[in-house]
Amino acid sequence: MSAYDIFVEPWASHASSYWPVAAMAFFVTAACGLVGNYLVLRRISLVGDAISHSVLPGIAIAFILTGSRSGFPMFLGALVAGVATTVIIETLHVRSRLKQDAAIGVTFSTLFAIGVILVSVHGGHTDLDLDCVLFGKMDIIMDMPAVFAGLPAVVLTMAAVALAVGLLILLFYKELLVSSFDPNLAASIGIDPRIAHYLLMAVLSIVVVAAFTSVGAILVIAMLILPAATAYLLTDRLWVMMVLSVAHSLLSALGGVHLTVALEVPTAPAAVVVGATLFLLAWVASPRHGLLRLWLRRPAPGGGEPAGEGDTAVA
Amino acid sequence: MRDSEPCVGTGEGGGGGDTPALDPAGGGVPALEVHDLTVSYLKRPVLYGVDLAVPPGKLVGIVGPNGAGKSTLVKSVMGLVPASGGWVKVFGRPTRENIARVGYVPQRESVDWDFPVNVMDVVLMGCYGRLGLVRRPGKAERERAMAALGKVGMEAYSRRQIANLSGGQQQRVFLARALAQECDLYLMDEPFAGVDAATEAAIVTLLGEMRDRGKTVLVVHHDLATAREYFDMLLLLNMRVVAFGDTQEVFTGELLQKTYGGRLTLLSEMADTIARQS
Repeated sequence: MSAYDIFVEPWASHASSYWPVAAMAFFVTAACGLVGNYLVLRRISLVGDAISHSVLPGIAIAFILTGSRSGFPMFLGALVAGVATTVIIETLHVRSRLKQDAAIGVTFSTLFAIGVILVSVHGGHTDLDLDCVLFGKMDIIMDMPAVFAGLPAVVLTMAAVALAVGLLILLFYKELLVSSFDPNLAASIGIDPRIAHYLLMAVLSIVVVAAFTSVGAILVIAMLILPAATAYLLTDRLWVMMVLSVAHSLLSALGGVHLTVALEVPTAPAAVVVGATLFLLAWVASPRHGLLRLWLRRPAPGGGEPAGEGDTAVA
Repeated sequence: MRDSEPCVGTGEGGGGGDTPALDPAGGGVPALEVHDLTVSYLKRPVLYGVDLAVPPGKLVGIVGPNGAGKSTLVKSVMGLVPASGGWVKVFGRPTRENIARVGYVPQRESVDWDFPVNVMDVVLMGCYGRLGLVRRPGKAERERAMAALGKVGMEAYSRRQIANLSGGQQQRVFLARALAQECDLYLMDEPFAGVDAATEAAIVTLLGEMRDRGKTVLVVHHDLATAREYFDMLLLLNMRVVAFGDTQEVFTGELLQKTYGGRLTLLSEMADTIARQS
């Protein structure tokens, strides 16, 4: 394989056929990444992991009841399951000696197991299969009929979800900010942090179920956390963090599709690997919080000239 | 002299017309009234039968040993912790209905100071309650926030990331946020905890100014040595109200002994101080 084959050829000859996959990857990572900002800042990243697993029984039950694999019933099932998960976690956490991490572990593993059983009992003679649920299948998008702008319906749905998430964050920016930063103050000025929490969890459930079939339960957590974690290392302003997380989503989606074409690997894991690489870069080289900055700062404990040395070292 | 500014008018939920007797400027209504308040965590009581009536325009210290329920009392008044019995009124109405007139300053350690916001962002949060859902803070709010920062001597830091502040500066930011709220009653949870001497002095001055402008300020305080000089009134608390009244009347060896039980090693020291001063 020449450099041309790896870096240029995929875009030169496959761009149009992979356009729906690239769009889907971006909308999934952007929607997940936007919500993920709040998960990271509220230190509830693992709740995202929990919900990404425990929506499974919700989807399965909706599927069993309606027999259809698409659309509204699945969203509703996932929404109910997602919110139920947060309620159970909160209840276990408040009403028992368990700390939150243990409450999360108990809740999502149980719900996920129930989901797996439901799928294997009822999904055998249909197209809801476990591989798809666990790992996602983005490539099947290419075979779907295009509805608009060369994109099939699932991609348009995901685009709508990503857009809705963006709009909600724009609208309720200040409420989300104060209830994430200082829930006590929020409550004292009439912005109920519990309502904010449950709304956030509801949005998270919708995003997760929309992303589910293409990314799978296992990799959703990476899509949720990597963009926000990377952006968090790069800035000290919340809105900049939001913008950077979307940029991260775009880069990892494009990189993921690129790897898919060049190396013939599945898109979702490829996008995660690219996203993780970006995270590592940020961790090492972030202008304010990166390792390089810390190392350069350390040998300069006092005095004026050491700072100058640091500057030249950077240049 | 008390400034009945927009705070009063823009209170929540309307329907205030049915209680004309409770005019805020009128003398009789306590700023804070607590009756038979009982709070429990997991069935273990933390506060029993607390009765209080705080007159407006006073600077009140809440003093007691660790685990006495000082923070819980403040949180319960704010409605952040559910009460298992009793009631709370702020200027004659339940806290929830008078929320715009009460400001709360949480403990400094209760928030994550690595959060990606700067000083101005934090102070602007003081204006959020007034703005209502969806509306963003604008120029007027920024000016008010800047003025509040000026009062705590932090104007120059408005664009500083909050992680890059000292403990004292962080506490000043919290106070500026409370000032931007423009309330009539403030409840502050340990504003003096872990601050430098200069900040402590600045906060004391500020609290005095607030009181002089007719505000009522309740402060959870840890340091008995300074409680006597800082506050007009003291609430001695140890799960129950041991005593509440003017500082000179309440700050006695006997009552402090009762509040702190056997745990007060400072006690003999305090008694000496009192004996010397009186």
